[in-house]
Amino acid sequence: MGLMSADDPATMSDRTPRKSYGRNFAPLLTTLASLAALTVIWHLAASVWPSRSFPPPVDVLTAVVRETSSGALPFHLAMTLWRVAASFFLAMIIGTAIGIFLGSYRRADRFLDPWLILFLNIPALVVIVLAYIWFGLSEAAAIGAVAVNKIPNVVVTMREGARALDLRYSDMARVYRFSLFARFRHVVLPQLQPYLAAASRSGISLIWKIVLVVELLGRSNGVGFQINLFFQLFDVASILAYTLAFVCVMLVIELFMVQPLEHASTRWRRRAA
Amino acid sequence: MNTHQLAGVDAPLRIDIRRKSFETSGGGGIEVLRDLGFAVERNEFACLMGPSGCGKTTTLRLLLGLDRSFEGSVDLTVSENPRIGAVFQEPLLLPWRSVEENVRLGLPKAMRDKNLDRLFGFLGLSTMRGFYPAELSLGLARRAAIARALAIEPDLLVLDEPFVSLDEATAQQLRQLLLAIWSERPTTVLMVTHNLQEAIALSDRIIVLSPRPSHVVGSFLIRVPREARNAQIRGDILRSFRERFPDQL
Repeated sequence: MGLMSADDPATMSDRTPRKSYGRNFAPLLTTLASLAALTVIWHLAASVWPSRSFPPPVDVLTAVVRETSSGALPFHLAMTLWRVAASFFLAMIIGTAIGIFLGSYRRADRFLDPWLILFLNIPALVVIVLAYIWFGLSEAAAIGAVAVNKIPNVVVTMREGARALDLRYSDMARVYRFSLFARFRHVVLPQLQPYLAAASRSGISLIWKIVLVVELLGRSNGVGFQINLFFQLFDVASILAYTLAFVCVMLVIELFMVQPLEHASTRWRRRAA
Repeated sequence: MNTHQLAGVDAPLRIDIRRKSFETSGGGGIEVLRDLGFAVERNEFACLMGPSGCGKTTTLRLLLGLDRSFEGSVDLTVSENPRIGAVFQEPLLLPWRSVEENVRLGLPKAMRDKNLDRLFGFLGLSTMRGFYPAELSLGLARRAAIARALAIEPDLLVLDEPFVSLDEATAQQLRQLLLAIWSERPTTVLMVTHNLQEAIALSDRIIVLSPRPSHVVGSFLIRVPREARNAQIRGDILRSFRERFPDQL
């Protein structure tokens, strides 16, 4: 009898039909309303205090259209994006390798930990300036400098991931004689996935900010270069136009690449019994 | 009966460990195994029993080659390149792979495309092939782990308390399944268990270990064929086991 009554609420809640209809659209509407509100506030503020250094949203939009139709915006965006992508992959690959190494070998970790702390605390600007002085104002120096800024962060995250590896699965893989590749792909990588996702997430947002600085200091194209140019012309509308365009691109990457990838790689977690 | 312990010239599995100890975090050492030796005959179903913490699982780890820091030898001469199927205390299925993928990943290359319908059908997993381990009950996950061990057609089957923490009905059902599959294709089996009833129902021989540092106290041969072991005979076997090993359970 007691068992029956304990079971009842569960069966009841299972039978309740799920209303996913409103649930899917509500967050989207909220986001749109929130962005609209921000634009309105911005517009009102710009109308109350009209100033060349604080353009209303319409001016920024005009700047976007102008720069896009002249081809400048797409070109500089593409240059920046390519630098972001190159330094991102470079940092992730090198950082992951070092992180797994340090997470697996305690002695190496103890020895190299002070180096890591040192690199974690060197300001991005110093790395960039030194890279340009030592290696010249080249593309390689720019991308390398950005990667070096990001690598210590990746190392720290992936080191935690490697420390958290469940050795029992490795034992199982050894008994069943998994190949080296199978071990990496089926045993190690899925366990590191949340750490990789965390490192990529924080990585991509950090990297694009540093890329702009690199471009500002020593490149002749890219969003950072353009912003420096408009800074000298005191053209705030164009500065904001480039910034917004780039933020939008990063948002699209987040929505259509990062999130679906994450969704696919964690599907085994969601269908819990 | 004790003469059986190291008998059999062509015993496919022979363990002879002089010493195995672990370092504690405090810096000292714990001696787990000392002069532990036994052999398992071809196609024999042997059970390893002993008090809690006496090093049964450690012995299995040495046997599986997961721990090589010990004095002594482990000889596996089941075949040229023995395939070992292992069922661990926990199912240890990869949570991010489906039941079928878990079983297939264990297969050697030559068997990659093996038809597993029969095995899954036998173990009642036919409809669960696409499920992830988190969606399975412990009993079903154990079945999947057993399927993985049997799919490779092992030369040696190593079972580490495969039926522990299951309700008795499920455990009994799984034991029957294991026996049915095993009698169809006999292999050498070494199973660690705490459950004397289970050992008596399944095995040809029970190897009894002492408390730490553990060695073989003796081995208990069960000559009655498995099919003939009804409740009464199991009771008799249990009694004579208790007479010989009064300190056990």
